[in-house]
Amino acid sequence: MRPAVLLFISQCLLSGLVYAAEQYRVVQVADPYIELRTGAGRGYPVFLVVERGETITLLKRKTDWFKVRTRKNQEGWVNLKQLQQTLSATGETTRFAETTISDYLRYRWELGVTGGDYGGAREISMYGARRLADHLSAQLTLSQALGSYSSSLSAKLALAAYPFTHWRVSPFFAMGTGVVSTHPRTSLVQASDHTDQFATVGIGAQTYLTRRFVFRIEYNDYIVFSATNANDSNKEIHEWKAGFAIFL
Amino acid sequence: MEGRVRHISLSLAVLLLGCFGLIPAVSFAAEPMSIDTEQVIQPRVERRQITVPQIKSEDFEVGLFGGIMSVEDFGANPVFSVRAAYHISEDFFAEAAIGQTKTTKSSYERLSGAAQLITSDERLLRYYSLSLGYNLLPGEAFVGGKYAFNTALYIIGGIGDTHFAGSDRFTINLGSGYRFLATDWLAIHAALTDHLFDMDLFGSTKTTNNLEISLGATIFF
Repeated sequence: MRPAVLLFISQCLLSGLVYAAEQYRVVQVADPYIELRTGAGRGYPVFLVVERGETITLLKRKTDWFKVRTRKNQEGWVNLKQLQQTLSATGETTRFAETTISDYLRYRWELGVTGGDYGGAREISMYGARRLADHLSAQLTLSQALGSYSSSLSAKLALAAYPFTHWRVSPFFAMGTGVVSTHPRTSLVQASDHTDQFATVGIGAQTYLTRRFVFRIEYNDYIVFSATNANDSNKEIHEWKAGFAIFL
Repeated sequence: MEGRVRHISLSLAVLLLGCFGLIPAVSFAAEPMSIDTEQVIQPRVERRQITVPQIKSEDFEVGLFGGIMSVEDFGANPVFSVRAAYHISEDFFAEAAIGQTKTTKSSYERLSGAAQLITSDERLLRYYSLSLGYNLLPGEAFVGGKYAFNTALYIIGGIGDTHFAGSDRFTINLGSGYRFLATDWLAIHAALTDHLFDMDLFGSTKTTNNLEISLGATIFF
């Protein structure tokens, strides 16, 4: 029984290895020449030049650099720009995904970090956004606000409309809801933790910087439903924040 | 004989010219270019643009770090952290880190004997940080005459939170590190990070510098 299992596992592994080996793509150089560098960066020295017509194997990619192997088994890193003109083994044009503003205009996922001010407290936020339609996206934001008297954690789900996505600076309008859990500083105030629901509206703008980067600035107005009785009133909190996002 | 044939053929030619030369001129105006626009063979040329999604990319980096962290007034103690980075380009990377260290008694607590400023649980310092890094000096390290390794000296800065002495404290972190790529997918790091946050435990609020020096190993995937 056990040898059979081992055999099965080893076969799986072997087939996996064979599969992995077959995954490598062989391309023919179409540029007059391509330069192989010792590392994945423009500062690394060129140690080899491969001429037009020769075939190379693409092994892996790090940011915009490809590790390639020549027919003589020499390995080096080539920039994406030089490989864009290369032809595949069958002679068809090969295109690699280089991130540009056109990708930004039709991205699907966005992940970002912002810092700012939440009602006088310093705030750190992380958000993820999923584009639902051309001008609409759903955003989930997790924030931590650190004030002098209390700290709070909040989770917010919002819908944002981007009416002018093709503008260089694209404004957006958002509405959302969520919960905020407030934890007073024990050394300063005698109060207990409490969790409240809130509703929010916001306005902001984001702009494409370069490659995968987006700069974002926004203002949100929160109404925290903290009133516990008729004499109590809900809290209004203003939030300003700015940060960077990458899109995928 | 010959002259008559020529005459007939000439007059035929004139007649033909008159008929086919004028009539098409009229029909031309009514029905432009109805002839010769349909090709007998429709070439079926399909231009194929092939995208290459199958090439494995190694832009993510995850690793474990261990070292010493000095927390102002609370001693220098072992620290452990987990860091994950996404390499956006050859220059920039985004990094998220969490870490913790168990601090020891402050000098005040030691000297005063029994006085305890914070409880044992509150001595545990936990932080998280979200940072942006820049590979300032990419280069190579040469080991012996045969081996060369890719390296980078990077600077990093960001914001985060430090939970210490019963409170969350907004933290700015600044640092630099040295990344030594043993292979394409395995890196050794030596990093120095300063965590700046405000402390109000001793009466007045003051900004503290808390240095962390650590060694780590990361993998790229």
